[in-house]
Amino acid sequence: MTSFTPFSALLGGVLIGISASILMLADGRIAGISGILGEFLGLRRGETLWRLVFLAGLVAAPLVYVMLGGRPAFDITHSAATLIGGGLLVGFGTRMGNGCTSGHGVCGIARLSQRSFVATVVFTATGAATVFVARHILGA
Amino acid sequence: MAKIVVAFVCGFIFGFGLVVAQMTNPEKILNFLDFAGAWDASLAFVMAGAVITAAIGYRLAWRAKMPLFDDSFHLPQKTHVDARLVGGAVLFGIGWGLVGFCPGPALAALSFGGWEAAMFVAAMVAGMLLFDRFSTRIPQFVSAASPRAR
Repeated sequence: MTSFTPFSALLGGVLIGISASILMLADGRIAGISGILGEFLGLRRGETLWRLVFLAGLVAAPLVYVMLGGRPAFDITHSAATLIGGGLLVGFGTRMGNGCTSGHGVCGIARLSQRSFVATVVFTATGAATVFVARHILGA
Repeated sequence: MAKIVVAFVCGFIFGFGLVVAQMTNPEKILNFLDFAGAWDASLAFVMAGAVITAAIGYRLAWRAKMPLFDDSFHLPQKTHVDARLVGGAVLFGIGWGLVGFCPGPALAALSFGGWEAAMFVAAMVAGMLLFDRFSTRIPQFVSAASPRAR
């Protein structure tokens, strides 16, 4: 069980939107995490450093949140096999589909991209179907 | 240099937003996706806040001819929906629904998420590299699906 937290959700969402806006205004880039990580891993000529630094900021922020006294809830009970299978699918699928929740779901929809809208509907529907099967049919 | 500083600040704000919104808790994501169970609508509020803010921010940013620290806006060039987009979204959705992690929250959870977050991120990185291999080994696939959107 997790409780509905509309205010912190909106606040966090606005912060994400501000991050995406500044990255566009200053660097002309889309704040899509799978794209930034995937292109960084590909180590294509140049353009590697800003991606590494962005990812460093992303990883550092929760540390500062904890240092300020925040206690991020973290409930996870998956087996190692589920974590590995899920991770492989998320990595492969986001590169194949050119984006994830941030690149398509936030930045793409904010740009009114038809591709991003379709991708977001598809991954949300498949995610919901997967949860339905796992929780209500297999009873995990 | 300014460009790099901005990248760090943006990554930081993004990560802070994720943790404030509790999107780094996989259970909260799974409960959003569980429409037949104890549904937690929080993620929809995160998306609404982020999309509306970015939609306004982008329009303000695009009033300039170019970004402050780059020569052009790097926007995806592809506009049509193709099988690669939908197939990728299906695979991603299954992985997302299995664990409750998408790429951003998984990375942000590295600092407090123990071995579970680390194992997921390692597998996710492997999946990304696997796709790179797969797409360069099958030229028809690449010519049909690329150029890589930037």
